[in-house]
Amino acid sequence: MNHVSMDTVRAARERAWNTPLAELVVADPQLFQDNAHWPFFERLRKEDPVHFCRESEFGPYWSITKYKDIMAVDTNHKVFSSLSTLGGISIRDQRADFPLPMFIAMDPPRHDEQRKVVSPIVAPGNLAILEHTIRERAQTIIDGLPRGEEFDWVDRVSIELTTQMLATLFDFPFHDRRKLTRWSDVTTTIAGPGGLVETEEQRQTELRECAAYFMNLWNERVNAPPRGDLVSMLAHGESTRNMTPQEFLGNLLLLIVGGNDTTRNSLTGGLYAFSQFPEQYQKLRANHDLLDSAIPEIIRWQTPLAHMRRTAMADAVVGGKQIKAGDKVIMWYVSGNRDEDMIENPNELVIDRARPRQHLSFGFGVHRCVGNRLAEMQLKIVWEEILKRDLDIEVLAEPDRVLSTFIKGYTKMPVRIRS
Amino acid sequence: MPKITFIEHNGTAHTVEAVAGQSVMRGAVDNNVPGIDADCGGECACATCHVYVDPAWQAKVGGRSETEETMLSFAAGTEDNSRLSCQITMTDALDGLVVRMPAGQH
Repeated sequence: MNHVSMDTVRAARERAWNTPLAELVVADPQLFQDNAHWPFFERLRKEDPVHFCRESEFGPYWSITKYKDIMAVDTNHKVFSSLSTLGGISIRDQRADFPLPMFIAMDPPRHDEQRKVVSPIVAPGNLAILEHTIRERAQTIIDGLPRGEEFDWVDRVSIELTTQMLATLFDFPFHDRRKLTRWSDVTTTIAGPGGLVETEEQRQTELRECAAYFMNLWNERVNAPPRGDLVSMLAHGESTRNMTPQEFLGNLLLLIVGGNDTTRNSLTGGLYAFSQFPEQYQKLRANHDLLDSAIPEIIRWQTPLAHMRRTAMADAVVGGKQIKAGDKVIMWYVSGNRDEDMIENPNELVIDRARPRQHLSFGFGVHRCVGNRLAEMQLKIVWEEILKRDLDIEVLAEPDRVLSTFIKGYTKMPVRIRS
Repeated sequence: MPKITFIEHNGTAHTVEAVAGQSVMRGAVDNNVPGIDADCGGECACATCHVYVDPAWQAKVGGRSETEETMLSFAAGTEDNSRLSCQITMTDALDGLVVRMPAGQH
C-alpha cells in the first residue's frame, strides 16, 4: 500500500514554496500519486497563474491555473488546437508511430461532425431509457457487497459499476466486460517495467486486440438495422461509417476511457470526500434532496481529469503572458476548481453550494464532456441506493492513487460497511 | 422591469421579473426557475440554458451568433427557434417574452 505520510505532504509544501518559480515543475506524476500537487498549484495561482515551465519530462509547457484563464483557453478553439498531430489533448504528446485519431483530438469541423454522431446516446431522452437498467445493476452490486468485512471499493463498486455501464452502452458481451476496463487502463497508463504494461509494444498489441474485438461487433452491426448502442451508431452514422480502422480504434478508446475512468474515480472520490467531510454526509442523510447539488460538487472536488492540453496555433495573450504559436498549453482543471476567486472555500466539499454546476471538470466550449449528464446520473443513482439502505461505509485507510498528471484517480481504497 | 415567462417541459409556467441589461438565463437562475442549468455561467461555452423562443417573439429576439450556433448543434432537440438564454439580453422591448424549456439540458 502506498500510504502518503504527513511528512510527504509537509515536504511537498516546503518544496512548492521554496523552489524558484522558474524551476517549478508541477507536471510530475509522482506529485499526483502522492496527492502532493496542491501546494504547487496554490503557489502558481497566487504568484504566477500563467506559468512557463522550460524543462520537464513532457518538454516545455505553459500552466494555466486560474478558472477564468482556463475558460478563456477552453472556449478559444480557433487559437488553441486539440489536434492529435500537434500533440493532442494531454501533456504527453500523442505518439506519431501509433496514431489514435479520435474526435476529442480533432478541431472543427471534423470534430463537430463525429461528436454529433455519438451525442444522442447520452442525451436526456436516451438517459431516461437507460436509467432503469443502471439502477438495477447498481442495486445488485450494492446488495452483493460484504457487510462487516474489509473490501476494495475501487474494484467492487467503482470499476464494476462503470464497466457494466460501458458494456450496456456498447451492447458489449457482458461476460467479457472486464476487457473494457483493461483496455481503458492500458490506454492511459505509462508503459514501463513493473507497470500495467511493460513496454509500448505490449500496449499496442493489446490495443490491436481491442480493435479486432470491436471490428467483429462492427461487422455484425453494420449488416443489421441501426440500433441504439454506440457501435451500431458509429457503424451507421454518416460521418463515422467510413472511418479508417485507426480512427475507429481511436474513437472507441475515447468512449471507453471517457465513460470509464472519470465516473470510476468520481465514485471513489465521492466516498473518500465524505470520509474527509463527515458533516456533509450527515447533511445529505438528513436531506436526500441535496443530492442534486452534491453530485456536481463531488465532481468538482474530485476533478477526475487533472488537465486538458492544447497547442497554440497563433501567438496569444493569456493572463497577461505572451504565448507563442506552437507552444504547449496545459489547462489545469484541478487547479481552476480550487480557485479562491471563483469558489468559496474551494478545498472543502460543500454539498449545498449556490452554484455547484459552475466547475471545470467537464471542460467548456466545443470539447465539453459529451457524457456529463450520464456521469451525473450514474453517480446520483449509486448515492440514492446507498442512502436508501442507509449504509454506514467506513474508509479504512488512505486510498492508493494513480501515477499520472492526467487521470486523477484511485487504484485501491479499503472500506468496510458497518453491519 | 420586463417580464419573462418560462414554461417547463411539463407545462408549468413561471413568470418572473427580469433586469433589463441582464440575460434571460439570469432571469431564470436568479428566480430559481427549474430547467435552466447554466453550467458555464453565461459564457456561451456549454448548452445547458437551451430554450425555445415562442414564435411570436422570434423576430424581436433575433438570431444566434456563430459560437452559439455551434454549441446548440451539440445540444439535444435543437429546433429553428432554439437559443441559449445566456445570449439573449433582456430589454424593455422584450417585456412579456415567452420561452419554453427542453426535456433536459445537455
